[in-house]
Amino acid sequence: MITADDTQTAVSVDNLAVRFVTRERTLYAVNGVSFSLRQGEVLGVLGESGSGKSVTLKAMLRLLPGSAEISGAVRVGGDEIIGLPENAMERLRGSRISMIFQEPMTAFDPVFTIGEQIAETIVRHEGTSWRQAQRRALELLERVQIPSARQRLGNYPHEMSGGMRQRAMIALALACRPMVLLADEPTTALDVTVQMQVLLLLRELQREMGMAVIFVTHDIGVAFEISDRLAVMYAGRIVETGPAVEIARNAAHPYTRGLLRSTLKQRDEGERLKAIPGAPPVLSSAPIGCSFEPRCDEAMPVCASSLPTSDTVGSGHQVRCFRFGCAPSQAVSTSTNPGNCLG
Amino acid sequence: MSTPVASTAISPRPDRGGPMQPLLNVEGLRKHFRLKRGLLGGGGAVVRAVDDISFSVSKGHTLGIVGESGCGKSTTARLLMHLIEPDAGTVVFDGDPVGGPRGVSLRELRRQMQMVFQDSYASLNPRAQIADIIAFPARIHGLGARDARDRAAGLLEQVGLRPGQFARRYPHELSGGQRQRVNIARALVLSPRLLILDEAVSALDKSVEAQVLNLLADLKQQLSLSYIFISHDLNVVRHVSDRVLVMYLGQVVESGDTRSIFRTPRHPYTRALLSAVPTTDPERRTAVAPLTGDPPNPINPPDGCRFHTRCAFAEAVCRKLMPRMASADSGAGDHLVACHMANAGSGHSQAGSAGGMSA
Repeated sequence: MITADDTQTAVSVDNLAVRFVTRERTLYAVNGVSFSLRQGEVLGVLGESGSGKSVTLKAMLRLLPGSAEISGAVRVGGDEIIGLPENAMERLRGSRISMIFQEPMTAFDPVFTIGEQIAETIVRHEGTSWRQAQRRALELLERVQIPSARQRLGNYPHEMSGGMRQRAMIALALACRPMVLLADEPTTALDVTVQMQVLLLLRELQREMGMAVIFVTHDIGVAFEISDRLAVMYAGRIVETGPAVEIARNAAHPYTRGLLRSTLKQRDEGERLKAIPGAPPVLSSAPIGCSFEPRCDEAMPVCASSLPTSDTVGSGHQVRCFRFGCAPSQAVSTSTNPGNCLG
Repeated sequence: MSTPVASTAISPRPDRGGPMQPLLNVEGLRKHFRLKRGLLGGGGAVVRAVDDISFSVSKGHTLGIVGESGCGKSTTARLLMHLIEPDAGTVVFDGDPVGGPRGVSLRELRRQMQMVFQDSYASLNPRAQIADIIAFPARIHGLGARDARDRAAGLLEQVGLRPGQFARRYPHELSGGQRQRVNIARALVLSPRLLILDEAVSALDKSVEAQVLNLLADLKQQLSLSYIFISHDLNVVRHVSDRVLVMYLGQVVESGDTRSIFRTPRHPYTRALLSAVPTTDPERRTAVAPLTGDPPNPINPPDGCRFHTRCAFAEAVCRKLMPRMASADSGAGDHLVACHMANAGSGHSQAGSAGGMSA
C-alpha cells in the first residue's frame, strides 16, 4: 500500500498504532493505519468521535501525551518521525510539517500579539532578522485575507473574531511553507458562511503552495468540499479509502454507506432517516474482528472473529470488509449476498 | 404510552383553543443587555440580543429557528422559558397570556413548555442516578416517590433505553446519544405540550444524530407535541421543520413554511446561508464564498437593515431604513421577508422587480 520510494510522496504512514496506557485501563485508539500522500494532494479523513482520526494526526506530529504508546512508521519527505529525538522533531514542526486546529487558541499564546508569534516562528526556523520576519508576517496576514492586516499584527488573539483567528492560525501554520499541513477539524466551530470562506481559502493556499494536506473532519460535506481522496475511519482503522468522487458514487463499506444515508439530503424532507443502529465501540481491547460488526446489517459469522483485509474494489479504491474479500470483479456485484470465497 | 400517567399532577393538560389556535404566540419579544461601563467611563454599550421579534407555533408543528452565532436564537429560547426575563413582548400560550395577575403562572408554563440543551452532560446532575434525574421534576410537581419512579421507567423505555439496564446508572456511564435521550425523557416527565430543542442534536455524531431525530419524530406523534427546533445545521432544520424562522443579529429576516424558505428564499442573507451549506457531491464543489467577513457583533448593530454591511445588493435606503417584515408575494401568503427589495415602494432600485433577486 505504501509507495515510499516514489519521490513525489510527501507523507507515508505505515501500520501506525496508538495505545493509551494508564494504570486503570488501556485504550486502543489507532489500530494499524497505513496511507501515503503525494505532494499537492488533499486527503480527507472522515470519522466520528473516537474513530482515531485526531489521534492519528497528533501521532504524526508527536503531540500525544506520555501515556501514548506509538508503533509503526511515519515518514515525512523521507524523514522517519517515530523515534526521532525531540530536538530534531522541534525543527520539523512548523517548518516541514505544520498543524491547524479546531480551536485557534490551541495554537496561539494569549499573551503575545499575532504578529510577534508569526514572526517568532519564522526567526526560529529560518534564522532571519526580526525585521524581515515581521515583514513576512504582514504578507502572510494579507495572504489569508485579513482586512487591515497591518493593524491586526498588533492584535492579541482574543481581540479577533472566530473567523479572523482561524485565518491568523492558518498564517502561522504556513509561515515557513511546510510541505505537509495537518488540519484537525479547523472549520467545525465556525458559522457556515465563515466555514465556507475558510475552506475556499485553504483550497486556494494548498494549490498555490503545492502542499500535501491531511484534513480531518466528521462532516461528509466538508470532506467533499476539500478532499481529492477520502479515508473513512472507524474504531481506529481505515475501513475505506478512495477518490472522493468514487466514495460519493460507489461507497462500498456498510459503515460508509450508512454515513452517507444518514446525511440529510433534500429528498429527505420529513422522511424517516435510515440511521445506523447502536454506537461506536469503546476500544478497551484490541479488536479481533471487524469493529463495525455489531452495528452492521450485513454482518456474517466471520466478521466477529477475524480481521478483514484491505481489498481493492476500484481504481485507488480499497475497502476493509469481508463482503469484498474475494476477486474484485466478483465482489462488487455480491454486496448483497454473502461471499463464499473466504476459505 | 408504555406506563399510564399515575396522577393528575402531571397528566397532560387539555387542549383549549382548538387546533386552529396557535399553541404559542410571541409578539414583540425583546431583550437588550447593557454592558458595564469601561474603566475610562466609556462603554455603556447595548447588546441587542433579541430585538422585537414575533412568531407563532401551530399545534403539532415544528418551528425551526436558524441563524449564525450571535443572531439571538438561543436567547430567544431562554426568554420563552423565562430563564432570562424579557424587556418587552407578550407571550400567549394556547390563548392564555403568560405572566401577569390573570395569566399563566411561570410554574404552569414550565409544565407545559420544556427545553433540551446542546450539552447533554452539563444538563445532568453528575451525582444522581438516571431514574432520579428523570423523576425529579415530577416529584417537585407533587407526584409520590413510587409513581415518579414508575413514570421515569416508562419514559426511559419510551426514549429507547431499557430501564433495567439504565435506571441505576450515572450520567458519565452513558454515551452522548444516551445522555441526550435521558434529557429528552426528563423534559417529557411533566407531559409538556411544547419542547424547545436548542441545538439538541448538534453535539452528536451523525449516525447517532439520525437515531435521535427519529426518536423525536416518534415522540412528537405519540404525545401530540409541538417543537421549537433551534439549530445552525440547515440540513437538519429542513428535515424536521414545518416552518422556519431565519434570524440575523437579533431580528427575524425571513419566515415561512420550510419548503418555500428552502426552495424560494427571498432574503439575501437566507440565500447566502443556504448556499454556504457544504456540497453533497465532490464534483460540484462550492466555487465562491456566498458572504465575506464574520457576522458583525450584536453590540451596536448597523443602522438600517442590519445585513447591509455584508449584502451585495445594499443601497442607500438599506443603510438608512430598517425594512419591515412583509409578504414575500409567493402566493402562499405566510412567507414573510424583511428586505427593501421585496417592497415595491421602498426606493430600492431592484424593488418589486420579479427577477431582481433571482440568482
